[in-house]
Amino acid sequence: MTVTYREALRLGLREALAADERVFLMGEDVGKYGGTYAVSKGMLEEFGPERVRDTPLSELAFVGAGVGAALGGMRPIVEVMTVNFSLLALDQIVNNAALLRHMSGGQVSVPLVIRTSSGAGRQLAAQHSHSFESWYAAIPGIKVVAAATIDDAHGMLGAALAEPDPVIVFEYPALFETKGELSAGKVDIAKARVRRPGRKVTLITYGASLPKALKAAEELDGEVVDLRVLRPLDTQTILESVRKTRRAVVIDESWRSVSLAAEVAARIMEQGFYDLDAPVARVCSEEVPMPYARHLEEAALPQPEKIVAAARAIGA
Amino acid sequence: MSAVPYPREKSIALLTDMLRIRRLEEKAAELYGAGKIRGFLHLYIGEEAVAAGCMPAIAAGDNVVATYREHGHALLRGVPMGAIMAEMYGKREGCSRGRGGSMHLFDAARRFYGGNAIVAGGLPLATGLALASLLKKESRVTVCFFGEGAVAEGAFHESMNLAQLWKLPVAFFCENNLYAMGTALARSESQTDLCIKAAAFGMATLKVDGMDVVATHDAATKACAHVRSGAGPMFVEFQTYRFRAHSMFDPDLYRDKKEIEEWKKRGPIHTFSARLKAQDHLSEAQFLDIDARVMREVDEAAALAEAGTWEPVEDLTRDVYTT
Repeated sequence: MTVTYREALRLGLREALAADERVFLMGEDVGKYGGTYAVSKGMLEEFGPERVRDTPLSELAFVGAGVGAALGGMRPIVEVMTVNFSLLALDQIVNNAALLRHMSGGQVSVPLVIRTSSGAGRQLAAQHSHSFESWYAAIPGIKVVAAATIDDAHGMLGAALAEPDPVIVFEYPALFETKGELSAGKVDIAKARVRRPGRKVTLITYGASLPKALKAAEELDGEVVDLRVLRPLDTQTILESVRKTRRAVVIDESWRSVSLAAEVAARIMEQGFYDLDAPVARVCSEEVPMPYARHLEEAALPQPEKIVAAARAIGA
Repeated sequence: MSAVPYPREKSIALLTDMLRIRRLEEKAAELYGAGKIRGFLHLYIGEEAVAAGCMPAIAAGDNVVATYREHGHALLRGVPMGAIMAEMYGKREGCSRGRGGSMHLFDAARRFYGGNAIVAGGLPLATGLALASLLKKESRVTVCFFGEGAVAEGAFHESMNLAQLWKLPVAFFCENNLYAMGTALARSESQTDLCIKAAAFGMATLKVDGMDVVATHDAATKACAHVRSGAGPMFVEFQTYRFRAHSMFDPDLYRDKKEIEEWKKRGPIHTFSARLKAQDHLSEAQFLDIDARVMREVDEAAALAEAGTWEPVEDLTRDVYTT
């Protein structure tokens, strides 16, 4: 079946609500409006207002309520409209969701799923376009996943709901109109995946940069690794690819400093140094708040040409 | 001095509960001085009538969420004193296996969900626990304790709104001891009548004398019944006072000593004892006997903590994830 990324998200959400009575969805405009990105369109009518709950604009309270509901035996899906808004809920995500299990000496689990959208590319300017995946990926106690493909858009939610601990699922509006074949099987949220085999260089990325990396790989005979799971990182898949290609470029839409790209590069240094023929390169967003003007936004983001240039510079 | 309107047995239980908190914490302060307990230690001394009055009004199946000043709440919720003391020591026998310390006492089996050391951080959590009860159609009440300092946080306002909007079965118990660490309520709030804040959300409210265990018990009973009936949340302000500093690090320079002395005259244990004595429900000998029993419990708790074991360092990274 050919579907868009958006339709895949919707199918995954619908299946999750249908599969388990304990699952419910809450967030801003998820019900009557039909979801900011129309992902939850029709859900209110199908599952009713008890299980599809419009919230006030209170990220801190409704994300925290998700933590509490998870403690109380439910399987909440909390939608936070954009990752920039998730900062309003950061206290509950870090100080409660991530820490409760450890602070209680292992007595409680928080099976909470947070869905949020990330990334630029639609001229939404500085407060709606950033990528803070690495901030969340820095926190022990939570799992962080990024859906870059149709199958992951469809399946990651169900996989996240099966986890006993908090999972943040990143979705990418820049990919919402992409079309692809939806396969029937379930997806894991444990492993990175090689999306394209290649010989000359490993391009490691996640989220909305995946199509850009795939495009660059055509020109480079590159192997593309989609990280998928940002915490815990699947270092093994990265190292296996680097061992083969002997070169690596990490592509990350967040700011370069203290980014996931930095973490991936450090792990290759620590564990794959002698497999390398050249230093690890990075292509990240420029360290500037995301500008509105289209040409500046494009210039701030990783692009296929930049990836090719970075790979060429290390001899690929 | 009004008579206590309870059967003698109930009154003695309330008195004993207050004494158990008082003596536990006095011992904790002593052990802090001896270097056995470290980190932050926030004493509840002076405020015992609140936890002691509320806990018997809360059913075993209800949920309790508390703050970092929660030794008394945990104790009266049923967490063994030894497990609390061992937790303060950081021992494996502690109620959070030594991972939480004084500020993070947990007991999932007793539905005691901490021990939250972010001011107002427990309110969204309690709101969510109540949401789970609503969705599961349980008759469970979630009781959330917090200090008046929390009312300045966005989490307070957001949670109050959500709870009232969705008519959630949650009781918000505000322990107003007048100082958010060292900042007096009047120095930080434009509206110092906390019930007015709650009423702004359309929530039912009660304001009670937090130094009187009869008043706190009656208010908590009323609030829990209101919430359990499905009438939605309720906010109760308990007006109380802590006799000790904010924490063991606090030199307590922001309060007038005379003010502390005035409040101590209203101390919940001696005023309640005096009432019971006046109505012949308690003699001095009986009081001393109760106190001696409590002291034995405290000594046993300290001995258990002392004899407790340290978790092996190899286990350092356990319990970060469930799997």
